[in-house]
Amino acid sequence: MTQYYGVVTELIKSRELENDELRPLYMDFQATTPMDPRVLDAMLPYQVNYYGNPHSRTHAYGWESESAMEKARKQVADLIAADPREIVFTSGATESNNMSIKLLEGTIRQDTSLVSVMTVNNEIGVRQPVEDIGRICRSRNVFFHTDAAQAVGKIPINVSDWKVDLMSISGHKIYGPKGVGALYVRRRPRVRMEPLQNGGGQERGLRSGTVPTPLAVGLGAACDIAQQELEYDHSRVSMLANRLVRKIMSEIPDVVMNGDPEQRYPGCINLSFAYVEGESLLMALKDVALSSGSACTSASLEPSYVLRAIGTDEDLAHSSIRFGIGRFSTEAEVDYTADKCIQQVKRLREMSPLWEMVQEGIDLKSIKWTQH
Amino acid sequence: MAASTAQVLSLYRKLMKESSKFPSYNYRTYALRRVQDAFRANRSVEDPKMVEQLLNQGRDNLDMIRRQVVEHLLSVHLSTVARRQSANHH
Repeated sequence: MTQYYGVVTELIKSRELENDELRPLYMDFQATTPMDPRVLDAMLPYQVNYYGNPHSRTHAYGWESESAMEKARKQVADLIAADPREIVFTSGATESNNMSIKLLEGTIRQDTSLVSVMTVNNEIGVRQPVEDIGRICRSRNVFFHTDAAQAVGKIPINVSDWKVDLMSISGHKIYGPKGVGALYVRRRPRVRMEPLQNGGGQERGLRSGTVPTPLAVGLGAACDIAQQELEYDHSRVSMLANRLVRKIMSEIPDVVMNGDPEQRYPGCINLSFAYVEGESLLMALKDVALSSGSACTSASLEPSYVLRAIGTDEDLAHSSIRFGIGRFSTEAEVDYTADKCIQQVKRLREMSPLWEMVQEGIDLKSIKWTQH
Repeated sequence: MAASTAQVLSLYRKLMKESSKFPSYNYRTYALRRVQDAFRANRSVEDPKMVEQLLNQGRDNLDMIRRQVVEHLLSVHLSTVARRQSANHH
């Protein structure tokens, strides 16, 4: 290793960083997260030398791969206070969600139903009262599933305290690899499942298919790191979020934060800028990577269903931007984003006839708009 | 052998030096900040067993950072070389 290290460090002098320097600042941590270097480090041996199939029973390649997979399983379980036997590896939270819904087809009781709620919303960052929901579901004998993709590793989770029966976990939302996730399936009281994917009977028959050891190891490492760093990350992200919001709100009027101010995950901030169109603001902020709604529905022009659900005015819903702050965000990035945002909102408002009318004291809601 | 202040400082300096080699702004600033904050947080630890454990964790992290810096440099370099080569062909 040391002889190559010398050669590579010479590359430092000749490396071209201009490419990296000109890329936009990344402020879209809800869409996806970069892999933590510690995660990549854990995965590498399984991409290079330890490439065995974890289900091979007859040789060392299989045994070492299985051992890594089981270690990862325990790391995922520990993060949510579950038993490793209750963790099934999947291709991501979407597959886990679909598997949970399939549960209904496997149950025979007439009065059985399933409650499915997101732990932390990906558009506005609001945290649902999962403990209360869990308690109610348990008392009515109803299964409770939660998609915890945006919550795992960011807030403390305890599936027993929360009385959760099924929980979806996503790797690439917690600085782990893309293409892997997990489903927590409670053992006591028993949750009987119908598999979504049939085949060789892996993962206790619940999810057939070779478990991709490098990805599982990556997910496990991401969970392990998240557990260690939870407090540190949370206080840092909170500090950066407060800095961003306070700066913006102190410099420009008519800015609304969407979603409950208390019951939230601080790293997801959704702001509406009145009299400014969201898409034009996004384009004006081209050197910051942001979003105006969730990535999975960004192809449509309809305003966010989440904002509509919380009763946001139509025009404010079209003026919303989501700021995502994460483990690798810096004060400098937050300051730059806030400054640019303030500057562009002011500029766009100057060009807006609606803004001009508001400045003159006209109440827009009293106007009777006519057809042409 | 009890861990000395010199050992701790030496490890700290090595960690900071290696962390500064990350080509990416975000990884580089995170590593530097995290190392600094971790050493600061553990400043008053006195129990020698605990100190030894922390030093070992630090050494493991140092090895990890060295490996990751190499990996990241190779990734940046490969994309740079590809751009340079395509520029030469025109």
